[in-house]
Amino acid sequence: MSNVKKFMYINNKAPYGTIYAWESLEVVLIGAAFDQEVSLMFTGDGVYQLMKGQDTKEVGIKNFSPTYAALGDYDINKIYVEKESLDARGLTVDDLMHLVWEDEDADWEEKDSIRVVTSAELAEILDQQDVVLSF
Amino acid sequence: MSILHTVNKSPTDRNTLESCLKLTVKGASVLLIEDGVYGAVSGAVSSQMVQDAMGNVSVYVLGPDLKARGVDESRLIDGVKVVDYDGFVDLATDNDTVSAWV
Repeated sequence: MSNVKKFMYINNKAPYGTIYAWESLEVVLIGAAFDQEVSLMFTGDGVYQLMKGQDTKEVGIKNFSPTYAALGDYDINKIYVEKESLDARGLTVDDLMHLVWEDEDADWEEKDSIRVVTSAELAEILDQQDVVLSF
Repeated sequence: MSILHTVNKSPTDRNTLESCLKLTVKGASVLLIEDGVYGAVSGAVSSQMVQDAMGNVSVYVLGPDLKARGVDESRLIDGVKVVDYDGFVDLATDNDTVSAWV
């Protein structure tokens, strides 16, 4: 019997205004050490976490956005972004950081980690998870 | 009397921006700070509400909080003014009252 479970981390809050986004990222990275099947979803204001060009120098808070680029190195390559949430905020995938992973089954080809999906598709994906953690 | 309203929550997370704009009189100032800066962006569901309010009130946004969140000034609603921390202090002292929506 396989001990691998499907983990989904829901990210629903903007970065910096609260600690949720950073806490989620820390838990994801800790969990990555356990060889589980991990997915991340970004919904609502959570899509703001992935905005490119974040620069926190003037507010005196750590800019943790570069850490998302490391997720691919931990075999976390299923990053779902809700299309409706992007639309409501006047954003497209081009406004987000370009996150990639290297596929060892395809000669380490670099592939996109971010998948923009509809709410209906996300609902189906969520339904297939064993463990759901919401931030 | 003049009043400065500050809003620090995202309009797609809480309704404080909407509540604030409903309770502003002509000539008031609204400063968007922290997650409130997302309310200054055009093309979002909240943009029309802010544009409508700008007929009566001046809307400001704190530049350092925009930068932290990767929101380029080119995305802002026309007429929204970007201020730095010194500008925040000026707004607070130039108005008689500060109302912080949290």
